[in-house]
Amino acid sequence: MDQKDLIKEIGHIRSMMEKSSKFLSISGLSAVLIGVYALLGASLAYLKVYGFGKLAYRDHYVTDDGIVHYLIVVAVLVLLASLVTGVLMARRKAKRAKQTIWNPASKSMLFAMAVPLVTGGLLAILLIVKGYLALIASILLLFYGLALVNGSMYTFKEVRWLGILKIGLGLLALLFPGYGLWFWMAGFGFLHIIYGFIVYKKYE
Amino acid sequence: MDLSLYNKIFENRLRLQIMSILMANEFYDFSSLKELLDATDGNLASNLKTLEKEGYLTVEKSFVDRKPNTRYMKTDKGRKAFENHLIALENLIKQQYK
Repeated sequence: MDQKDLIKEIGHIRSMMEKSSKFLSISGLSAVLIGVYALLGASLAYLKVYGFGKLAYRDHYVTDDGIVHYLIVVAVLVLLASLVTGVLMARRKAKRAKQTIWNPASKSMLFAMAVPLVTGGLLAILLIVKGYLALIASILLLFYGLALVNGSMYTFKEVRWLGILKIGLGLLALLFPGYGLWFWMAGFGFLHIIYGFIVYKKYE
Repeated sequence: MDLSLYNKIFENRLRLQIMSILMANEFYDFSSLKELLDATDGNLASNLKTLEKEGYLTVEKSFVDRKPNTRYMKTDKGRKAFENHLIALENLIKQQYK
């Protein structure tokens, strides 16, 4: 075997180790879209609460009747649209590589993310029920960030940083009560968009 | 030049790749291996058999939703053999730089 063959051989080993243990079908562009959905959702929430008037005035407080329901519906719609977009675009990307999206690597990733995600989701629901609305934006950012850091072992290493930044924003959101929506927009909107562009540029 | 670590078993591309996958994962099932390696059932099965006979992997058969599910795991012997083979490849590359 000459030099080239040997290096190729080692390349095959590396690529198999990575392909088998990391889920790399997540589309960068889907992250950008998901960020856009988050910003759209946040704009709807902003308009509902603050109206079209000048910045300083609120039309409503979040605790007013009906507002919470409206915000929950918007949030659930954003979540559903994001999930559908993420799954469909991952499936398309996997198909191009002649793979499927349900494989040992994606299972490991989902399992690693599931515990923090479900905990955060349930905690948010409990907080809504108990009326601690000021904590929601922070809690969602924190637990989503934790889920990303956990899941990042099984996908692009950039996901780890996305998670850590979200955790940071979640903590900051607690320090500045009343600005939850802005932190939420920064975390779920802008961070997703920036992350998506980086992954798209780098790997696609 | 010590080539005693070089392992003929891993001269076969598919066997080398199977072992690479088992090194990076605790276990892997037959259909996932097949998808990832883009191999035929027969080719994959016969090479898995060779690795099993060498004692490099163990097989665990079970049923998931009443469909047979076969999982493969590396053994300590297999891990050692693979690591030695990597060292041999590394030595070969180093030697050619001299």
